[in-house]
This record gives sequence, structure tokens and C-alpha cells, in this order.
Amino acid sequence: MQRILAIIERDLRKFQRSPALIFTTLVFPLVQLVILGYAFGGNIRNLKLGVVDQDHGYEAIKLREMFGAVEATARAFVTIPYDDLGSAMTDLRNGRLSAVVNIPPDFTRDILAQKDPQIGLMVDNTDNFVANTLESAFTDIVSDFYKNGVSVRVEPTLQLETVEVYPYTPYIQFLLPGAIALSIFITAMIGGGIIFIDDKARGLHEGYLVTPITKAELILGFNLAGAFKGVLAGLVLTVFGSLIAGIADPLDPWRLCKMLMLIAPASFAFISMMFLMMVRTNDPLVPRAMFGVLNTLLFFPSGAIYPINAFPTWRSCSLKSILSPTPSTVSRPCF
Amino acid sequence: MNDIEVENITMRFGAFTAVNDVSFRVGHGETFGLLGPNGAGKSTLIRILTTLLVPTAGSARVGGFDVVHSANSVRKSIGVIPQAMTSDLDLSAEENMLIFARLYGVPGERRRRSVRDLLEAVQLSEWADKPVRTFSGGMRRRLEIARGLVHEPKIFFLDEPTTGLDPVSRVAVWEMLEGLKKERDLSILVTTHYLDEADKLCNRVAIVDHGRLVALDSPMKLKASIPGNNILEVSFSALPEGWLETLKQLPEAQNVAASDHVFRIVSNNGPRTTVGLFEAARRAGVTVASLSVQSTTLDDVFMHYTGRQLRDTTQDNAVHDMSYLYQQR
Ligand SMILES: Nc1ncnc2c1ncn2[C@@H]1O[C@H](COP(=O)(O)OP(=O)(O)OP(=O)(O)O)[C@@H](O)[C@H]1O
Ligand SMILES: [Mg+2]
Repeated sequence: MQRILAIIERDLRKFQRSPALIFTTLVFPLVQLVILGYAFGGNIRNLKLGVVDQDHGYEAIKLREMFGAVEATARAFVTIPYDDLGSAMTDLRNGRLSAVVNIPPDFTRDILAQKDPQIGLMVDNTDNFVANTLESAFTDIVSDFYKNGVSVRVEPTLQLETVEVYPYTPYIQFLLPGAIALSIFITAMIGGGIIFIDDKARGLHEGYLVTPITKAELILGFNLAGAFKGVLAGLVLTVFGSLIAGIADPLDPWRLCKMLMLIAPASFAFISMMFLMMVRTNDPLVPRAMFGVLNTLLFFPSGAIYPINAFPTWRSCSLKSILSPTPSTVSRPCF
Repeated sequence: MNDIEVENITMRFGAFTAVNDVSFRVGHGETFGLLGPNGAGKSTLIRILTTLLVPTAGSARVGGFDVVHSANSVRKSIGVIPQAMTSDLDLSAEENMLIFARLYGVPGERRRRSVRDLLEAVQLSEWADKPVRTFSGGMRRRLEIARGLVHEPKIFFLDEPTTGLDPVSRVAVWEMLEGLKKERDLSILVTTHYLDEADKLCNRVAIVDHGRLVALDSPMKLKASIPGNNILEVSFSALPEGWLETLKQLPEAQNVAASDHVFRIVSNNGPRTTVGLFEAARRAGVTVASLSVQSTTLDDVFMHYTGRQLRDTTQDNAVHDMSYLYQQR
């Protein structure tokens, strides 16, 4: 026990001596939280939508007013009027517009004549996400137009009502557990991976292993020290991340306790995983080569960027891919 | 009782034999040198004796304990300085030592005192709280020597303690080691590829090459064991008639040449020629004004036993392969 404590003390002293390392493990996940949290955060805004009104009739004006109303409230797009389709299309192709709405010359006449009116939407589909957003916004407007429109009576369509199980969570809050997991992961990568291999290659472990310490004790010591550093990073991230993400009452002790119960096993799991991978590795370049990939490997399927399942809560971040199948349910009460 | 007993140790890595049927004994209080070029198997042998590697065949006892079956007892009774510099650069000298004191289970109250005394002994007291990162190579080695003795072992293993150090630091390291040896009654097993070091400081030297022990004796006897060419340079108070002829008749003298009153005598056996020289001088009534005997070096011994010169086969910055550490046995 004395020997394990000696190894833990060594590791923590070393950690304490490297402010740059502490800065990296704590501040970078916060930076990521802020940047990604706001970058992916809200909805898409201020897309430039060219509107070509070739009709100028009553119904066309009504439709354009609806566009204007959406523009004023949701701010998903700004409309820019064009006189002719040609110049609008040129701007679309040059990337100055994200989409062009074309209201053809016979629009009002067709509606009055109870014929099916045609409206064109030309989208720049190089960015799928933008195209989808615009299409759905456009579809909404058009269906509203038909519903409220006095001119046309459409058969009532089946309305699907969505009920959200959890209250709405801003993306930055959704991302917070990911940032916490990332800080733990960085400590594990550096402490459990890089420093471990470097110390081994430099012969430090040989120096330890000629003393009465056993290999199991040595690794356990490193492991516990690593887990401790992970917990430290995780808790700091929980507090500061909560502040940044605007979670109410970030210092609530009960919640911190519950988070600790989650962070501690997560740290131990991460660092143990790292040692399992590293114990037979000898080339100091191997962990460095591995970690970039490992990072994305853990981050992308976590649900933070790309939805992999129907778990619409911010809880289903990175922790999930490491921990039990339903960390959401476990940790949801924490926040 | 011998402190170290090595019996027919063989170590193979796959098809490669790193140590080949080596046997020797180190008595208490002895400084025993393993001399050999890179890859000779010196570190492998030390790793076996310090329980890091299990030999393929043979057995060894250190401090009376079997290195395989009583590894833990062996570890407690030995101090080890591995070939690589193994101090933790981020920690201070004192912290490095305290951690090892704890690993060895030195009780709390004794720990600090022991660390203080040892740092004093290696002249690093002033540097106790400085991070090792700021130390020179020689200082780091001295710290490691102190570190290896925190639990007051009687048997001390050092793997190339002076390799890569500048000549001044080398001398400092060896002086400290000699002082500590006397003060603490140590038996020392040290590897080196510096011949002068082995010559001056070891009571006995084993020459290892390609994993085999090719010669083992005190440096003096080793040198005497080969038909060497000693060169005596001598001058006299006066030159009697036919003195050159007399010198040529000296025992074991091969060749004598004179230049400016200084005679160069090439001898097969320096000591015998020297004795004969003084005898002849006394009989002729002249005194020896100056005499220098350049004796055979261990390099000549090495050359004799291996057919190669040691200095051609060594380099100072050997690569340390630590891959064996966590391998399954
Ligand atoms: N774990 C290992 N696996 C395979 N071969 C090894 C291993 N350890 C050492 N060897 C080989 O055994 C031989 C002896 O190595 P060793 O390190 O004992 O030499 P050395 O005499 O200490 O040399 P140096 O002066 O370079 O330190 C070398 O050829 C080395 O490549
Ligand atoms: Mg070696």
C-alpha cells in the first residue's frame, strides 16, 4: 500500500509541476464546449433567399408577406427581391444566395382558376444541412399559405403532433457531458498514454521495478493516480462548463455528488482502457499516432455531432459510448 | 559467504543467445567489474541478477537469495542503478529519493535522515530541492547512486554508471562510489566499457564478449597473463662501459634502444625486467635517475582474448530497449 501511495504521490506531484498540462486538460475542453456549443447551437440563421416575383398578383404578394413574417421572427433567412430569374440564378450559382424562390407569372391566375399553382425552389445543395433547413422552412410556409389562404380549400391532411419527452435543451448543454468526458479523456491520454510510454522508454519503470514494488502495484498506482487526475479534470469541467452552458445552480452539492459518481468510474474506465492499450507498447510515437483517431472515434459516434439514435437528450454524449447503456437515465437527474 | 554467485547462467531471446553459460562469484567487499563492448550481454546479466529477467538456464544467488525464487528478498537487499538515467526530471533530487525510500519501505523517521546523509555524501545537498531537469549528467548519476542506497543495501549493482559523462564527472562519480563503498561496506558489481576504470577501481574484472565470459581475474593478473609488450623508459646517473649490452641481457628484454641518455627497453614482462634492471644497476654501481614503465593495458588483454580492440566496438550512446519489462514470462 505504501508503495502504491508512493507512485500515486509521484504522479500527482508531476502533474502539479506542469501548469501547461493542467491548462490543456482543463481549458481546451472548455474552449471546445464554447466553440462547438455555439457553432452547432441554435438554428441556422440569415440564409440569403432570393425571391423572384414574376406574378405581382394578389396571391404572390400574400406569399411574399408570409416569407417576410418568417424572416422577421425566426430569422432563418433574409429575403432579397429579384426582378428576373436569370440574375437570381447567377447569384445562386456564385454562392451569393442559398436558395431562390420563383413565383411564376400565372401564380395568382392559377389559384383563382383553382388550378394547381406552381412555385419553384432552387437550393444550393452543396450543403445538405442548409438545403434541408430551407426546404422544410419553405414547405411550412407553403402549407400555411394553403391552410390560411381564402382562395384555396385543401383537403385536411393528417397532422402529426410531436411530443417532446424532455424539455428543450440548448445544444451547448447537450454538449457539456461531452466536454467533461473529453477532459477526462485528455488526462487519460496524456497521463496514461504518453507519459507512461515515455517513462517506460526512458527506463524509469526499470528503476522502479528493481525495488520491491510489483508490476501490478506499479500499474495500479499509475492507474489510481490517473483516475484521480481524471476526476479532478471532470469536476472542474462540470463546474465551469455548467457556468458557461448556463445550467441553473452549477454548484448544487447534490448534483456534484451525483456527477462525481459518474465521473469517477468514467475516469477509471478511460485510464484502464489506456493502460490496456499501452502496457505492451514501447514506441513513444504510437500513442501520439493513435490518439487523434481515438478521439474522433469516441466523439463522433457519441451522438454529439451526428445523430445515431433517437436519444434526443444532451445526456447521450461521449460518456454513453464508454459507460453503461443508458447513462442518460442515470445522469439526467444530475442536471 | 559470497555476495553474488552466478552459476552457468544462459539467457536466450528467441534464437539469439545474449548470455552464454556464465559463472562467477563476487566476495563480500569486492568491486567486481564486467567489461565488454556493446551488446556483450552485460545489462542482460545485471537484469537477471536484479530479478528483472528470468534466465533461460542456470541459477544465481544474490545476498544468499535465489534471484528467481526469492526475487523479493533479493530486491530488498540490493541497490540498482540501471544503465539509462532513471531519475524523474520533474521532481527534485530529494523527492526522487523519498519516493524510492518509500518503495523500499524505509520507515518515515529514518527516511529523511537517510536521504539527507546520502545527498551530503554525493555532494548534492545544495541541490536537494532543485528539479532534476536542471542537473548535469554527472549530477544525475550521483543522485542515482545516492538513490540506490536509500535502504542501506550491502550489494550494489551499477550498469555503466559513467558512460556518456565527461572525464571530470567520471572521476567524481568513481571517487564518490569508492568513498561510499568504504563507508558502507558495500560489494559492488559494475559494468563498464572504460578500460582505465575497470583497471583502477575493480578488484577483479570479468571480460565478456558475445555473452561469454572470456577471462576473469584481477586487472594485474589479467595483464600479466598475456605475453605483453611493456615499455620501460629509463635513464641513469652514469653510463658504464658496455651498458647497452648489459641492458640487452636483462630478463625478458626484447629490444633496447638508446636516445639522448634515455633507454627504451621493450619487455615481455615489465616487472621482471624492472627487477633485473635494478639488480644490474646496483652491481654496476649506478643509480636509476628516472624510470617509467608503460604496462600492458586491459585493452591489450581484451585484444588478446577477443581478437578485437574494445574501443573499436563500443559507443557511448547505446539504445536502451525496455520492451522486455511488461512481457509475459
Ligand atoms: N529483450 C530482449 N529481446 C531480444 N534481444 C535482447 C533483449 N535484451 C537484449 N537483447 C540483445 O542481447 C544482447 C545483449 O544486450 P545487453 O543490453 O545485455 O548488452 P550490453 O552488454 O549491456 O551492451 P551495452 O554496452 O550497449 O549496454 C544485445 O544484442 C541485445 O540486442
Ligand atoms: Mg548495457
